[in-house]
Amino acid sequence: MNIAHDPWVWIGGLLTICIFSFLYKDNPFYKFAEHLFVGVANGYFLTFTVHRVLIPNLFTPLFREGRLFFILPLMVGMLYVMRFIPRVSWLVRIPIAITIGYYTGLVIPATVQADIIRQIQGTILTQQNFVAWNAGSAGIIWQAILFIGVVCTLSYFYFSREHKGVLGVTSRIGIIFIMIGFGAAFGYTVMARVSLLIGRFQFIIGPWLGIID
Amino acid sequence: MIYILFSGIFALAPPTGVKAYDTPNDRGDAITVEWLLSPDDNMIEGYEIYRSEKGKEYELVGFIGAGRTTYEDQTETGTEYTYKVAALYDSERSYSEPSPVARSEPQWFDKESVNLLIGVIVFCLIILYFIDQARRGKRLQIRKISGLDAVDEAVGRATEMGRPILYSMGIGLVDYIATIASFNILGEIAKKTGQYETPLIVPTSNPVVYTVAREIVKESYSTIGRPDLFDTDKVYFVTDSQFAYAAAVDGVMLREKPAANFFIGYFKAESLIMAETGASTGAIQIAGTDQITQLPFFVTACDFTLIGEELYAASAYISKEPLLLGAIKGEDLGKIVILSVLVVASLVGLLTKFPVLNIFR
Repeated sequence: MNIAHDPWVWIGGLLTICIFSFLYKDNPFYKFAEHLFVGVANGYFLTFTVHRVLIPNLFTPLFREGRLFFILPLMVGMLYVMRFIPRVSWLVRIPIAITIGYYTGLVIPATVQADIIRQIQGTILTQQNFVAWNAGSAGIIWQAILFIGVVCTLSYFYFSREHKGVLGVTSRIGIIFIMIGFGAAFGYTVMARVSLLIGRFQFIIGPWLGIID
Repeated sequence: MIYILFSGIFALAPPTGVKAYDTPNDRGDAITVEWLLSPDDNMIEGYEIYRSEKGKEYELVGFIGAGRTTYEDQTETGTEYTYKVAALYDSERSYSEPSPVARSEPQWFDKESVNLLIGVIVFCLIILYFIDQARRGKRLQIRKISGLDAVDEAVGRATEMGRPILYSMGIGLVDYIATIASFNILGEIAKKTGQYETPLIVPTSNPVVYTVAREIVKESYSTIGRPDLFDTDKVYFVTDSQFAYAAAVDGVMLREKPAANFFIGYFKAESLIMAETGASTGAIQIAGTDQITQLPFFVTACDFTLIGEELYAASAYISKEPLLLGAIKGEDLGKIVILSVLVVASLVGLLTKFPVLNIFR
């Protein structure tokens, strides 16, 4: 056994145990680790924002390079602070509206391109897509399953009518496809989480306690 | 000896006609270099692209295989460059004449996305049409969304037990569609909790999301005539860090013991951590996200889950707002269009040799 002498490894190990103690129940050790985690994260976030966002994107162009145009985003950003002044707190809605409007405009074309056009392209029953499965003559079967899955899943998300009759059948098939997809995603993600847990245990019995090399 | 003889006789022909121009339809950070193939293209390894900035020495910026005639170079906006292209064979290089000066500038309009713009405009017009119909009083039917009925049950239960309700929007930024949908649902839940004077706790993980959430809750309480219920300590920013946020929300669930937990918005790996903790406290849990990888966890750990677009429809269903109802109706029409396109394009793809996939590039 070769226990670590580095105090930072000890801190990391003890904090890991503090967080794991939550599995028993809420306790002062967990509370301590939780508050420390939130505090450190906020400190890091604040420093990161100043050094990686404000200085390069605002202060440098405005005050060092003299690009006066940057006064505009500075003023809009300052309106966020107005909520601390009750009489003019309504001004905070201006930067909120600008931010949401800007981001929505930015997101919609990308979403249409990636989530609609590309998905349609990949679903169409055509020779090129059959070949893309790289499964020989079975490619047409996989593509047909994909096609049925997409059509039925889309019908599940049709909200204008109750799911009865034909729509009821297709939407039921759709939810089966959805649940199969969830099952696959669940297994995959659980596997990844278990791997994270193993990594933490390896840290405890390796670098910290030195039970394994 | 053979090599010396060969290299003495063989003079590698350079590529010719090198031109450089601002890459069109971009944000001004690229220059496209084009050239005519070297006559020895069939035997060379490829082409090296050299760049000179404002008369400085040429430096190697890229390599591309034989048979290729274009290269896109990442550049500084507004800086002037000239380019040379060298045919490369073994260690021999044959340089072209320099290109004329080129510089990259951002374009205001991406002409390649015109079809996308038209599609979005048409889609918006359809939605506006339905919004107009809803405002004129036309009844727009939306099917019942299972899980939403539980909202009233959850609020009622919390009221009876005298415990608060927790509403988490996850770790999404304000631009995420799931976060925007979550704002709508938050507004409605805030109204319901306000009517019963049930405390609503909203821990957020992003400063902008926090600001918006705060305004929404405040506005909702004002709408029902109870602005006095708004408590600044109940809607708060926790941290931007994903797992620190999860740890803090877990702490809130164990200490404040909310009777109902809403996890509605954009979630990543923290989803299961929070939903499992909530389930262990016995709270009724309603979740909704468009993150496919997290939905399985919500399905297993929560009582009701809004799957994907149900999240967006939910806000319309519970609010009955013409704006939202119109949007859902427009989206449904969009789905019919997509289904029609899929069927027609598949028929064309199966029955003809028309390259139907190229339409969607």
